Amino acid sequence: MNAIESLKHFIPELVLLGGAFAALTLDFFVKQKKLVGEFCLLVLVLALCLAKIPAKPMSLFFGMFELDTFTYFFRCIALTATGITLLLAMGYTPLRNRYEGEFYGMFLFMAFALITVAAANNLLMIFLGVEFVSLLSYLLVGFLKNDPKSKEAAIKYLLFGSVCSAIMLYGMSLLFGATGSLELKVIGDALFTASLKPLAATAVLFFFVGLGFKISMAPFHMWAPDVYEGAPTPVTAFLTVAPKALGFAVLTRVLDLAFWHFQGVWSPVLVILSILTMTIGNITAVSQTNIKRFLAYSSIAQAGYILMGLAVFSVLGRDAVLIYLLAYLFSNLGAFAVVTFVGEQTGSDSLDAYTGLASRSPAAAALLMVFLLSLAGIPPLAGFLGKYYVFAAAIKAHFITLAIVGTINSVIAAYYYFRIIRIMYLAPATAPALGAPSRTLTLALWAMLAGVLALGMFPSFFITRILG
Amino acid sequence: MELLQLGAKFGIYAVMAAILVFALGVVTFRNLFHCALCLAAALIGTAGIYIALQAEFLAGVQILLYVGGVITLVVFAIMLTEHLAGKTVRQNNAQSLPAIVGLAGFVTALIALILKTPWPVTEAALKAKTSAMGLGEALMGTYVFPFEVISIVLLAALIGTVVIAKKDAPEERP
Repeated sequence: MNAIESLKHFIPELVLLGGAFAALTLDFFVKQKKLVGEFCLLVLVLALCLAKIPAKPMSLFFGMFELDTFTYFFRCIALTATGITLLLAMGYTPLRNRYEGEFYGMFLFMAFALITVAAANNLLMIFLGVEFVSLLSYLLVGFLKNDPKSKEAAIKYLLFGSVCSAIMLYGMSLLFGATGSLELKVIGDALFTASLKPLAATAVLFFFVGLGFKISMAPFHMWAPDVYEGAPTPVTAFLTVAPKALGFAVLTRVLDLAFWHFQGVWSPVLVILSILTMTIGNITAVSQTNIKRFLAYSSIAQAGYILMGLAVFSVLGRDAVLIYLLAYLFSNLGAFAVVTFVGEQTGSDSLDAYTGLASRSPAAAALLMVFLLSLAGIPPLAGFLGKYYVFAAAIKAHFITLAIVGTINSVIAAYYYFRIIRIMYLAPATAPALGAPSRTLTLALWAMLAGVLALGMFPSFFITRILG
Repeated sequence: MELLQLGAKFGIYAVMAAILVFALGVVTFRNLFHCALCLAAALIGTAGIYIALQAEFLAGVQILLYVGGVITLVVFAIMLTEHLAGKTVRQNNAQSLPAIVGLAGFVTALIALILKTPWPVTEAALKAKTSAMGLGEALMGTYVFPFEVISIVLLAALIGTVVIAKKDAPEERP
């Protein structure tokens, strides 16, 4: 489809871009920067409403933007995650004297970047989109430049990310040289017909480096705890969810279209990496004393569970990835909403700030408990559905070792999630009671709670919607 | 003619060897300024390879952007930052040796892979338009979407960098 014809299917993205420019202009004129945030939120909602499920897959802009149900799903995830992050950011005080308006504007660019990643089905767009998301992430992590931790996190993220991207780019150049095409589908066919097994194996490993960095897969997870701890809390919430989800989207597309013929090569690698990721994440999470670091390791472990679905790579496995990502989105953003609230009220992200939270702020404690239980995979919450699907996929494809390791890890995870709950409910309160959360934060909290409960209690509604 | 081809072949290998040497210089010299100059030389050498591969436009862009733009900026940054130009910095640490051993293994594996792969020479690749005109048409045609996305990437990065580099907003500073 040529560029002009494509535009009418591209309206949500145009709205996002127009909104970003309008928000940056609006920032000149209004003193009350929260208005810019509200405007950005409005743009996101509008884009979400305008996005329609495509009846049949379309290749927009000469095949540079693949619009199908897969893209649509990740478009919704990207817009929701961005919207909730904006809600969290609007109540976040450290931003007050650090160019709040530009901060909100950047998030609209970020939403656009995430959607181009979801729709990328050739090497050029994959690299461009992933780099776009990475660049914006580095900037957002270092946004509070007067905070030394934030600065350090941004530099670490930048250095680590550049190396991983460079390695992925080298893999792409090998693929392009051997097949003469940028299109994933053409590459897949060329690899199938020509005998290029060593090259394909190398290229897929290089992809694992570049995208493994985005999804914080072990052994490329080193950056995650420092970056998640140092970044402004709303940005951390965003980074643990959206870029990770989109990393999985690209990985699914790449494995599906380009490397389907070599499943025997990469599937065992992914199984090992999945086991490594969840084990490292879970074991390190147990001893953390900072809630942001704790959730960082927990999110590494969660990436390990999601990788199970990819490693299996049956139809069920791929569906499991989508459902898990949705459940993870609600649970993790919800948990971070509570962390933002407590951090705002007590000025601390240490676990001590949560001692006796149940008596100091019963609602916050109850909500955090629900989100943590969902992350642990306790029914009838969203996380249970995700875990159920992932384990079902592993068992059905006879990946029994993977399923057993996953179960052991879930038990370890349950231990440390319950540890937080114990601190909140059984330890006596030592600090004064907390005030009421801001309106935007309340909205974010209830929206995520609704998501967690709805996905857990009415799974069939979501499953039929997602899987068609 | 034969002699000319042989000479060209040797020339390319000589340029490649020079690039490697200069690249090594970038990561081993202790003076930051020397590193920057080595980087410039390595980038000019890369432009030479582009010319040998008949991508003249790309070679021009390489010199213009990297040598003319990026390196100039780097040199300016070094000279404008106080006490940086004369300072020497160690570029290696205790982990250098294991890293070199690991990298040597990695590079050997890659060389084996590159030698083993049958790199196809296709009709389409030979006919690819690498002139300024061909590239311009491609950028306005098939590749118009990535082209526009790149402009948005640059704009967003620019805004973000300015915000990060600026001091706190004056009227809101405590």
